[in-house]
Parts: sequence; structure tokens; C-alpha cells
Amino acid sequence: MATWLLSTFVLAALAPWLHRLLRAATPWVLATYAAAMAVHLATWAPQVADGATPRVAWTWAAALGIEFSLRLDGWGLLMAIVISGVGATILLYGGGYLAGDRRLGSFYMFLLLFMGSMLGVALADNLLLMFVFWELTSLSSYLLIGFDHERPAARAAALQALLVTGLGGLALLAAVVLMGVAGGSYEFSSLLSRGDAIRGHASYPAIIVLVLLGAFTKSAQFPFHFWLPNAMQAPTPVSAYLHSATMVKAGVFLLARLTPILGGTAAWQVPLMLAGGATMLLGAVMALGSDTLKRILAYSTVSVLGTLTMLIGVGTPAALHAAVVMLLAHALYKGALFMIAGAVSHATHEYEPERLGGLARIMPWTATSAGLAALSMCGLPPAFGFIAKEAFYESTLGASGWSTWLTSAAVLGNVLLFAVALRVGVMPFTARATQATTDAHEVSLTLWLGPALLAAIGILIGLSPAVCDARLVVPAGAAIGAGETPPRLALWHGVGPALYLSGLTVAVGCAAFAMRRAARLAGIALRKPAAWGPESWYHGCVAGMNAVATWQTRVLQNGYLRVYLWTTLVTAVGLVGYALLRGADLTDLPLSWDLHAGETVVCALILLATAAAVRARARLAAIALLGAVGYGVALIFVFFGAPDLAMTQFLIETLLVILFVLVFYHLPPFVIYSELAARTRDAIVATAFGGMMALLVMAIGGGHDGPRVSDYFAERSLGDAHGRNVVNVILVDFRAIDTLGEITVLAAAAAGVYALLRLRGGRARLPRIAVEPRTTIGSAKRERAETAGT
Amino acid sequence: MIPLAIVVGGLYAAALYLIGRRSIVKLVIGLALLGHASNLLIFSAGGVTRGRPPLIRPGDEALIAPYADPLPQALILTAIVISFGVLAFALVLVHRAYTAVGSDDVDAIRTTDA
Repeated sequence: MATWLLSTFVLAALAPWLHRLLRAATPWVLATYAAAMAVHLATWAPQVADGATPRVAWTWAAALGIEFSLRLDGWGLLMAIVISGVGATILLYGGGYLAGDRRLGSFYMFLLLFMGSMLGVALADNLLLMFVFWELTSLSSYLLIGFDHERPAARAAALQALLVTGLGGLALLAAVVLMGVAGGSYEFSSLLSRGDAIRGHASYPAIIVLVLLGAFTKSAQFPFHFWLPNAMQAPTPVSAYLHSATMVKAGVFLLARLTPILGGTAAWQVPLMLAGGATMLLGAVMALGSDTLKRILAYSTVSVLGTLTMLIGVGTPAALHAAVVMLLAHALYKGALFMIAGAVSHATHEYEPERLGGLARIMPWTATSAGLAALSMCGLPPAFGFIAKEAFYESTLGASGWSTWLTSAAVLGNVLLFAVALRVGVMPFTARATQATTDAHEVSLTLWLGPALLAAIGILIGLSPAVCDARLVVPAGAAIGAGETPPRLALWHGVGPALYLSGLTVAVGCAAFAMRRAARLAGIALRKPAAWGPESWYHGCVAGMNAVATWQTRVLQNGYLRVYLWTTLVTAVGLVGYALLRGADLTDLPLSWDLHAGETVVCALILLATAAAVRARARLAAIALLGAVGYGVALIFVFFGAPDLAMTQFLIETLLVILFVLVFYHLPPFVIYSELAARTRDAIVATAFGGMMALLVMAIGGGHDGPRVSDYFAERSLGDAHGRNVVNVILVDFRAIDTLGEITVLAAAAAGVYALLRLRGGRARLPRIAVEPRTTIGSAKRERAETAGT
Repeated sequence: MIPLAIVVGGLYAAALYLIGRRSIVKLVIGLALLGHASNLLIFSAGGVTRGRPPLIRPGDEALIAPYADPLPQALILTAIVISFGVLAFALVLVHRAYTAVGSDDVDAIRTTDA
């Protein structure tokens, strides 16, 4: 199975090239590959049915105890066969649907990437590995839904699907980690025996909430259902694959897979039954109220996903068994119906079932497939859908609690879906021909073969369900906690409550179809409250997030150096000041005023010169005062035993003053641009920071005991490096590489200065950019400053 | 020592105030003051020793305590030179910017295409 999984990803990477090489033969080759995978997987079925769970593992992140482990159990096998089998028909269909499209190569790539990711979800034994594949399905579905990326609607739908499922993905990651902590392992196979430990763990409620969030978003359960119908912006092959058989089933797949570990409690079952039931009914009503073929099918898929969730919530062996049957039956008929809808629209350029008719004669192959698939969706014998519906009814009738409610909801949901099936699967072919259908034509083989195969398989399983039941369905049910139930599927169950309910469904369903105009009006009426529904919350969240991002960019990232500076300073003053006041005893600082007269004078002079430099209006005065500050600092170095520093400081300061004078000669006089309030604010913040730094110096206080690095230098300077000036020895010997770096920096600065100066004739060569008109305050100040400055 | 601490604080306050000005020329002066402030901070943070430069006297084999800490001095020596390089570059850059844009108002320099 690892080979199939990895080769799918390799094939995805090669697909565009393969398409260039094989052209029209590509879909056949790829479909053969996927079909071969499905068949090969099916050959494992007898082994798995006997209880074998082949597992392969490679070390992945050994330090974290995470393995790249795959495991094949009944449930994963069923899912993998569905993924590869339906995938084969989709690859074929997609090649025909998008024939001639220049993006066909990337379409194959995305589709195979998605197929590989889904297989990974189905086969992964390690929870974290499963999560990685789970996210890969979200990513590749983003690429697929937004395949027509030149249409804004497609992009928006793709983004919506990505955001909603991505949010769920995050929740799932948290759930996975919590489960790993609670159960002591990240392997499904190990966790299966530790369900009690997890159910008894303190984080069990959190795990449930997070798992449900992940699964509900993925499987479009209420209130996250809205992304699925919107995702119909995708090309039809994508919808047929992602939204019937695979992606949306991933959530249900996960719920079922975790049922043996997390299930069996009210905290697990009640939310599943409630959300599932609500989604089932809501989806069915919305399906009846929708207009276009694909949207109708999308909502009916939502409805079936709700059914599956509800059945997993019921949790009895019969219900879990019914969920498996339903999942398989739905994948077969819904995949076919989606493809048929696409083929019909392809042939007629019409999307609404009410405008179609009479296609049975024009498109016989498509019509036959549609009839068979619709038979299954209606739940009529001898289709597989009939058996699924019977199993559904039997499990709700046999549920331990809420049996009446569950059964009523089930009947109502099925009645609506019955009407929907007639509307999309039968009416376009049998109703009176319309203008749109008169010049229609039968589609090519690639477009009808896939749906025909799926629909036919649905009928074949319906006619003889025993093999499929024993080899696939029962082992799948066993893997998700249904126990070793004996195969029970049969086309004829005898007369019983389930059959009566089926009859009722058909009768009321026919009536509902007859009254479909009224039902549609009801559905349309529902759109108004739906405008306030979950989808508007989504839009609100996205808009709110963008608003916050805009706001915080405007406030924090506004491009004004001083705003960054003040933000940083105020934060620093706040944090350091807090730590200082809390940590240090300010009354007991190692303070000393011990200062000689000369030092006092120099300190005072530095402060005075600094203050004067800040207030200076004339450039030359400012430079002179800056020089005074520098010389003052040099004197301090002299007083406190740092002759090298003093010497360097004197030299550099002199050079700097000369440089300043030279450059400032070419610069404008000082101008006061900012207003008084801004200057006052800045002065306060700057003073606060200065005060904090002063306090910091006092708090450090020079007193620190213990060994110092300097002692090493003091001892070794003469012996090791033969130098008596320890500072020099440090620079050129102990830390010579640092000094080399310093010289490099200087050289780079010198090169930069040289390059900038060589760029001559700036005004002449470079266009002057528009300077915003000076504010009135600025210009007034400038005049004053100019008079003061000259 | 309190006076040194006050000088450090004063230098920081002045430097940051000037860096916050819209006039780019003042910003450069602020940068120069910031260099002094940081140097003095490093210098005084380790404690200061008066009149005992870290020079090994003739006849001695090593420094004899008390002596001024040589390590901060080595760091500051590097810092002085580097800050000179930065300032020289900044000055020329400001000059170029003024020639290109025709203003020394930071807010007027809104684009990198001059």
C-alpha cells in the first residue's frame, strides 16, 4: 500500500509531462493506474476480512516517537477502494470534460495530488501523519476548487473552503496532540486498546470538541455546511470527486475511525446525532430549493453527510454497519450523478433541471446511467441505495433512545432526497424537450463511461450484495466498532417495518416531487433567513479579520520611523521599569556621589552641551556642541583609567566634527517640522527612557562579584600575547577576529560613502520626486528657523 | 556612580528625542549622541576604577588589582570606530537623499524611487 501511496504522488509530479507526451491517451493511462490500484487493494480484502491488519512503518521523527506508519484495516480499505475506484472514473471523465484545455496537465497533477492525500488519510496509522495528509487534502482541494482561477467567484469559493477546513484542521491538530498525550501513543492501532484511558482523561471533553470541529468543517456539517455548495464553482469532475466520494467523506471517515476510541458516551453521541440530523434535513430542504443541477446535488450531499454523521452518533452495530453501506452506495450514485450533471450541461449549456427535458432520446447512454444512479438515490430496488436505505431505517428503528425522532427525521430526509433524485436524475431526460435540448448531442465515450460504470456497479451490488457485504462492509464495520456482525445485506428483507417505511418514502416522495414547485418556493423562502446564517458569520469573520489587519498595519506598521521608535521605547520603559521596580530594592542602591571636582565639572558640561545641542537652532552650533559632548566623554575615559578610549575618542570626534561641517554645509538649516504637542510627547517619552537608563546604571551599580572574564585577560596578556596594554591585546590578539570584522565593516562603510559621493549630479540626473506641500505650521517655523539659523 | 548614570540618562533622552525629529539632519546628530550614550552605559555598567588603566607595569607579570576593567574598554573601542563608520555613511546618505528629494523632512521621503 505504501507503494501505491507514494507512486500516486510521484505520478502527480509527472502528470503534466505525461500529458504532453501522451495527449488524448493520458486519461486512459491514468484511469488504468487508478483502477489497477483499486483492484489490487480489493485483492487484500479476503485477508483483511479474516482480521489481518497489515502495517508498515518507517522511522520519521525518532526523537518525538513519530513513525511514518501505514495500516490497512477494513475501514481504511473500503475508503481506499472508493478513493481509487471513483478516482479512476473521474480521471477518465476529467480528461474528456476538459479536453483541449491548456491547463489539463496541471488538472491531472492536482487531482492525483488530492487522490494521494486522501489515500494517506485512509491508510495512515499515525495520527500526526494522518493530520499531514488531512491538511494536504485541504491544500489540494484549494487548487482544485479554484481551478478556474481567473474567475473571482472560483477563487473566493476555494479560499472559503480552505479557510473553513483549515480552521477545522487546526482544531484537529490540537485534538491529535491531546489524544496522543492522553493515550500515550500517536498510533491508531495502539490507541484502540486505550479508549478507556482517553475517555477517562481530563481532556476528553476538549478532545471531543476539537475532533468534532475538525470533522464537521471537513464534512460540511451544520453550521459549517455552506462551503460545500459554494465549492460548486469547481469544474464538474472536481465536484464529482471531492464532493461525493472523497474529501467531504474524510470528516465522516475520521469520526467513524475514532468511534472505537472516543465513542460510546453521551458526550460523543448526542452532538453527532443532533448535528447530523439537522444537517440531513437542512441539506435536503436546501437541495429542493436550489436551482442548478450541481447545487442541488451539493446540498443533497450535505444531507447524506448528515445522515452518516447521525448514524455514527447512534453508534449501535447496526447503525455503524448502515453507515458503511450508505457511504459506499452514496459514493457510487452521487459520483455518477455529478458526472452526469456535468455531461448534460456540457451538451446543452444549460444548468437548471427545469429548463431541460427530452434528453433520453438524444443522450441514451447518459440517460441510462442517470436512471440507474437515480434509482439508487431514490432507494428503489434493485439498486444498492435501496439496501442502504433499508439498513438506515432498521438502525434508527433499533436505536436505543430517540428511536421515533430519528426514524421520523430519516423518513423526512429520504422523502426529500427522493424528490431531489427525480428532479436531477429523471426529469431532464423524460420531461418534454425544451429549446435548450433540441440541438443537444450525446457526449463522448470518456464522459459517459465513468458514470455508467459507477451506476452499474451500484445496481450489481444491489442485485447480489452478499460478497461485497462479507468482504468489504462487515470488515469495515468491525474496524469502527460495529463488532463481528454476520453479513446481513440482502435485496429482499421480507416484509417488516423497514419495508413499510420504504413504501411510505416512495409514496410521499412522489407527492413531494409533484409538489416540487411549492417545495422550491419553500426552499427559496428559506434563503432569506439563511442570509443571516452561518455563511454570513463566515463573511463577518473574514471582514473583521481584514479590518483588524488593516488597523494594526496602519497603527503599528505605518512607515514612520518615529512611531516605531516610540512604540519600542514605551514598551521598553514599561517592561524594564516594571522589572526594575519589582526586582531591585531602589532604596538600597550601591550609590556614591564620590566625585572629584574635575569629574563633576565635566559631567555637568556634557549635560549642558547635550541640552544645548538639542535646542540649537544653528547647524554650526549643534556641531560644535556635539564635539564638546564627545570631548567630554573622552575626558571621562581619561579620568577612569581608559587612555586608549580617550585617545580614540578625541581622534574620532575631531574627524567627525570636520565631516559634519563639510556635509552640513550642503544641507538645509534646521527646520522644526512637528507641532508643539508632538514635541512635548516625544520629550516626555525620551526623558522617561533616559531616566530609566540612568536608574538601570545605578541599579547595576558596578558591584558584581565572582570571576570575571577580564581576570583571564589580565593574567594572560603578558605571558601569552606578550603585550602590556591589555585593551590592545584583547583587540588584536584574544579577539582578533572581531577586530577583523570591525575593519571589514569600516571598509564597507567607506566603500558606501565613496559610492554615494561618486553619484554626482544627482539633481540633474535623477528626477526630482514630488514633495508634498509643507504644512502651514511647518512653513512658518521654517522662516523663523532660517532667521535664527543664519 | 550617580553622576555618570545621570549623564548616560541625559544622553539617551537627548539622542532619542533628536532621532524622533522629522528633520533628517537632527536624526544624524541624535545618532551620534546615541553612540556616546551606549558607550558610557557599557563603560559604567561594569563599575569604574579611577586612575588605574589596564596597563601592566614594567617588571610585573600581570595586572595588579585594582585596575580598570579592560574588557568593556575593548568593546567600546570597537564601538567608537564602528559608530564613526555608521555616522559617516549616514551623513553622506542624508546628503544624497537631500540632493535627490530636495527636502530633509523624513515624511517627504515617501518613495525609494528618487
